[in-house]
Amino acid sequence: MTERSDAGVVAGATTTDRPLIRLDGVNKWFGPLHVLQDVDLSVARGEVVVVIGPSGSGKSTLCRAINRLEPINSGTITFDGQPLPAEGRALARLRSEVGMVFQSFNLFAHKTILENVTLGPTKVRKEKAASVRDRAMKLLERVGIANQAEKYPAQLSGGQQQRAAIARALAMQPKAMLFDEPTSALDPEMVGEVLDVMTSLAREGMTMVVVTHEMGFARHAANRVIFMADGQLVEDAAPDEFFANPRSERAKDFLSKILTH
Amino acid sequence: MSVLVDHFDVFVGGFWLTFQLCILSAVGALALGALVAVMRISPVPPLRWIGTAYVTVFRNSPLTIVWFFAAFGLPALDSNADFLRIPGLSSIFSRLGIDLPYFRFAVIALSLYTAAFVCEAIRSGINAVPPGQAEAARAIGLTFGQNLRYVVLPQAWKSAVVPLGSVIIAMIKNSALAGFFGVVGELSNSAQNLTSALGEPIIPVFVGVSIGYLVMTVPLGILLDRIEQRRAVAAR
Repeated sequence: MTERSDAGVVAGATTTDRPLIRLDGVNKWFGPLHVLQDVDLSVARGEVVVVIGPSGSGKSTLCRAINRLEPINSGTITFDGQPLPAEGRALARLRSEVGMVFQSFNLFAHKTILENVTLGPTKVRKEKAASVRDRAMKLLERVGIANQAEKYPAQLSGGQQQRAAIARALAMQPKAMLFDEPTSALDPEMVGEVLDVMTSLAREGMTMVVVTHEMGFARHAANRVIFMADGQLVEDAAPDEFFANPRSERAKDFLSKILTH
Repeated sequence: MSVLVDHFDVFVGGFWLTFQLCILSAVGALALGALVAVMRISPVPPLRWIGTAYVTVFRNSPLTIVWFFAAFGLPALDSNADFLRIPGLSSIFSRLGIDLPYFRFAVIALSLYTAAFVCEAIRSGINAVPPGQAEAARAIGLTFGQNLRYVVLPQAWKSAVVPLGSVIIAMIKNSALAGFFGVVGELSNSAQNLTSALGEPIIPVFVGVSIGYLVMTVPLGILLDRIEQRRAVAAR
């Protein structure tokens, strides 16, 4: 048990009340560019947080910082009560508990869809091949591409690839899932199939941080909407409230630009 | 041209010795080069420095100088490279096991020098793998070593194999220096014996020698072209 969770128990709170993801005063620079400015954020277990904002606002960087694909310059990020360790085995273990879905899918090009899904559990968790295979097939069935299991990523459509990538992340039985613009690289007719899978995940209580431009998804699947601009968290509100009454000028401006067309 | 027929056994013997030298050096260079490549991309800074220093030194020095240090530096350090007298191996490659160390020095010089180029060919292959592949591998919790082994290297290999082949072809040609560093009877050296000791005419002898090298390099080149063509079809 960590000190933090002991304190939580003393205060009468159960460990599930502790935020699963917590960012305190996080700063990140790309050279002279201050992409994350004193960002504070906490995400509770089972919560679905959608991050929106204009491009260059730092939302992808925020998402990638949570599993340290992007190291930060100052501040702290804790996952499940544990501060993110430095690069190494401990970090690899932590990453295995955080699923990540990328804009460009990033399926392993030299492996079949099934091998993509089973690689993590067999090599990282050293699970038995047979049981991993069963679970992988169930996951592929769940995302609707079980019949593509033996194909290579290049043989699948973008929507199918992204669903495979979600299955690959879920195969690690993660505590949370990060989505970095999961539908931005997809043809319009394939966006729906990916959002459907994400919506069902959200309903089942998966903790999710989703960077997206899909306002429909934000409205119906999110518990909270975070609006980012210029590296700062500008607004943090329930979706109904945010879309009906954005408080900041930046958010009003952003919404007027995307909702008028 | 009768020398080619009269002394056919000399040419074959020279070819065979050069061939052995090249096989051993290629294995050594590929293994060492792969190791240096992994060091150069490792997350541990001192390993990266060593890898970079290695490539800087051996890629930028003339082979003759490297070979000079192997053939004269090792004896000065009281070493006859006896660690290369590997029991099973010296029964196949008999020159490895003999008392005269020059064949072993040749293997060391060629391996050290070529490894720098092998490293860079492998590294260019690694750089050709889209960064998203390694990122996805890290995101599911693979360690650096697992990432290389299961995700990056299997893909890097595909774009590294053709430049690697060119490096090995260059190495085969470079092996012609061996005779100047005491490896008696390798292909180029046997030519010298024929011309200076037996007084055979120079031109026909060197035609024979070039045929010997071409027999090794041309098939390797053709093999690389095949691999490249297959890749081009697969990429379409």
